[in-house]
Amino acid sequence: MSSEIPGLEPDAVNPAVTEAVPKKASKGKKAAETAPVAEAAPAKKKAAPRKKKVDAAPEPTPEPAQEAAPAAPAARERVQLEPAVPDYSNVDSRIDFYPTHEYLGYRIRAGKPLPFGATLVPNGVNFSVYSAHATACTLVIFDKGDPTPKVEIPFPHEFKIGNVFSMLVFDLDPETLEYGYRMDGPWDPAQGHRFDPSKILCDPYARVISGRDVWGQKPDWDNIYPHRSRLSFDDFDWEDDKQLETPSEDLIVYEMHVRGFTRHGSSGVKFPGTFVGIREKLPYLKKLGVNAIELMPIFEFDEFEHSHTDPETGEIDHLNYWGYSTLGFFAPKAGYAATGKRGMQVDELKALIKACHKMGIEVILDVVFNHTAEGNEQGPTLSLKGLDNQTYYMLTPEGYYFNFSGTGNTINCNHPVVRNMVLDCLRYWVSEYHIDGFRFDLAAILGRAQDGSPLANPPLLESLAHDPILARTKLIAEAWDAGGLYQVGSFPAYGRWGEWNGKFRDTIRKFLKGEAGEVGEMAMRIQGSPDLYSSRGPTASINFITAHDGFTLYDSVSYNEKHNLANGENNNDGANDNNSWNCGAEGETDDPWINALRQRQVKNALAMMLTSQGIPMILMGDEIGRTQHGNNNTYCHDNDLNWMDWGLVEKNKDLLQFVQHVAAFRHRHPVLRNRWHLSGRDYVGSGYPDISFHGERAWSPDWSSESRTLAFMLCGKHARGGTVQDDYIYVAMNMHWEDHAFELPYLAQGLQWHVFANTGAEVTSVEPGDEIWLKDQRTFWMGSRSVAILVGKAPR
Amino acid sequence: MEISSSTVDGVVVAQIIGDIDGKTAPIVQQKVVSLIPDGGKILLDMGQVEYMSSAGLRMLLLVYRQAQSKGSKIALSGLSEDIADTMSATGFLDYFVTSTTVEEGLQALA
Repeated sequence: MSSEIPGLEPDAVNPAVTEAVPKKASKGKKAAETAPVAEAAPAKKKAAPRKKKVDAAPEPTPEPAQEAAPAAPAARERVQLEPAVPDYSNVDSRIDFYPTHEYLGYRIRAGKPLPFGATLVPNGVNFSVYSAHATACTLVIFDKGDPTPKVEIPFPHEFKIGNVFSMLVFDLDPETLEYGYRMDGPWDPAQGHRFDPSKILCDPYARVISGRDVWGQKPDWDNIYPHRSRLSFDDFDWEDDKQLETPSEDLIVYEMHVRGFTRHGSSGVKFPGTFVGIREKLPYLKKLGVNAIELMPIFEFDEFEHSHTDPETGEIDHLNYWGYSTLGFFAPKAGYAATGKRGMQVDELKALIKACHKMGIEVILDVVFNHTAEGNEQGPTLSLKGLDNQTYYMLTPEGYYFNFSGTGNTINCNHPVVRNMVLDCLRYWVSEYHIDGFRFDLAAILGRAQDGSPLANPPLLESLAHDPILARTKLIAEAWDAGGLYQVGSFPAYGRWGEWNGKFRDTIRKFLKGEAGEVGEMAMRIQGSPDLYSSRGPTASINFITAHDGFTLYDSVSYNEKHNLANGENNNDGANDNNSWNCGAEGETDDPWINALRQRQVKNALAMMLTSQGIPMILMGDEIGRTQHGNNNTYCHDNDLNWMDWGLVEKNKDLLQFVQHVAAFRHRHPVLRNRWHLSGRDYVGSGYPDISFHGERAWSPDWSSESRTLAFMLCGKHARGGTVQDDYIYVAMNMHWEDHAFELPYLAQGLQWHVFANTGAEVTSVEPGDEIWLKDQRTFWMGSRSVAILVGKAPR
Repeated sequence: MEISSSTVDGVVVAQIIGDIDGKTAPIVQQKVVSLIPDGGKILLDMGQVEYMSSAGLRMLLLVYRQAQSKGSKIALSGLSEDIADTMSATGFLDYFVTSTTVEEGLQALA
């Protein structure tokens, strides 16, 4: 993707490349014909050295010839800053490294139409932008942060090929360059055209976007170009890093918000709320047992979109905190980087990913390709809307925006050009950032045709499934959208896509609170939902009980109702089908019995999830009982509602230890992590089926609608299709409000039952491997609303 | 921008004075690279550098590569906290031996 820039490649293997930065032209060298633009030293920026000491009269020193050895005595010399004379000595070999045109002192030539975006090339920058309906295009160049453009260069007619404007501009300083486009064309909304040359548009391929460099810093609302495209070097040194390619069945995913994870004062990191903050906390995640983090949107967005300013205090609240509203698909959010103010978010994020991989933790990005931050016809014109509205958005026959996303617009992602942009984007993140996987927000939209109708074979989904560069990444769909398309179990998967399994979430929650008639459903969910994914295997199922949308796990056992008044919509926003139960009091309580039950219920839920086939996903903070005080839609709060309180690590250390134990137990036992669905048969001759169901009587579960008990046993000889040997595992779930005795199945000769976890016991779990031998091998008493995990193995 | 060099205990010590940004980075690079002794040691005294842009960091990495290719060891001393934080967050710091003072840097290279 990125072109090689002599002098900017950190690759010292190639001696040709180590000639970094061309030597300055010696005095005698003939300067280029045209007056150089001298890197346009901006007047307001100091180019002169700071007056640190009294300077001696500057004496022009000749360039030192390459001295063979450094002079031994102290040699002090002042290095003169001169206007850089463009020097092409390192690229004499190619005639196309020279300009052909000039415009207001800027030297240009026709660019290359591919790749789209702005690309560093020797001596300049190649700009390329697509529009099917624009009649003219102008490149607008700013010096970093300046309110007005430095120059505007119209693309000459001969620089357009097909529907692509491309131009190479020489001698730009990539560090101070901000660029955008003006597009001229018809203003005819009924036909879908909304060209407005008064607007400066962000490059959809911009790899860095400035304007929101520091999170929450009040922007200048009068800025004529608030979100500005910039260049990135893309020269990060990955050393020997690559994607981990962890088998899907081995993953334990942790869904998190970059800022929310460490922003709270209790996090103790040096730069709270940032990528590097996460890096500091990787040991915590490692110890927890997660081996993949799923980051809520990190593509550049505007946290001030739809923000409210209190007229009294001037305080801004109601931010776009979650960030499901993309400004640029190729640019990481500067405000999430401690170094964002220096424009170094690219390197900071890459350094985080590299560190994650060193720890054995994959990085999955939550990506939003269903809509953008431009809203509907009322919304701002920032990029796609002004570049080529009719191409990029799904429009009604009258030219209005389809709203399958619930946010105003819908990206026209099965238009071939848009499809390619999505593909370019994902390839870029995989190749340039070493991303391990993607979770697609409202992915059902990606299967809609340009008129909004669901496609049987959506070309975009097919392209992604079979792409050579994405081939080993995880693709995870949120298999529904806001337009009513619900495809859990029927998402066009092409054998590649996994799904957020909403049915798993609903079933576990109902069973957990003691609803009748859920036992049969539970049997399906525990097995990785073969009823939904029979041909795809359990790894198609992302098993989750909680995610950013909805209650936290602690809140789902502490609140019957949502409490969303803080969102400013009279409690009308957020989901109503929470399947939650408050254990007897709404919200915080001093009642020790209720608090103990809540702790137990949280453990029950996580124990069920972490012993199910499929890919478990934990929501940030659920392992320590994080609360949002009953708010189940906290998209707009940059405060304690969303910031993880690290004080809970100590307060709920018993819960945390339980989760660490159960996660470690999952990693230890391959029988919990099968690639293919269990059969219920014995195909290895062990005398036991790979999975069997039990209840108060062994081999005879109570499937009746009144039943609230279920147990299952996994035969260790069938682990991973019988390819590896494991212990036998027995999980008993009593979600009834009364105690029950479970009859344990007999084990083969020489094996005995041992207790690993029992949420109804005083000590709820032990280190995996240290399971406690059971004296009574026939009957296991289960307290009300508890889960137990037993291991069948040879006693020590 | 000033760069002075001396040799202490067989180590080339280059003191850089001034900000390093897109404009000054190539100058610093050229000068520093010319000072790297083949198979020797060089210490960059950064105590008088208050600001370093992304181009400055990349320049340092290039200098590091050049030192590698010459079989030389390189260390940085006196990085301001801000610059050290930026280098740490972006992963640039991992490549360098760093020290607070020139003396410590000389010991580290010894």
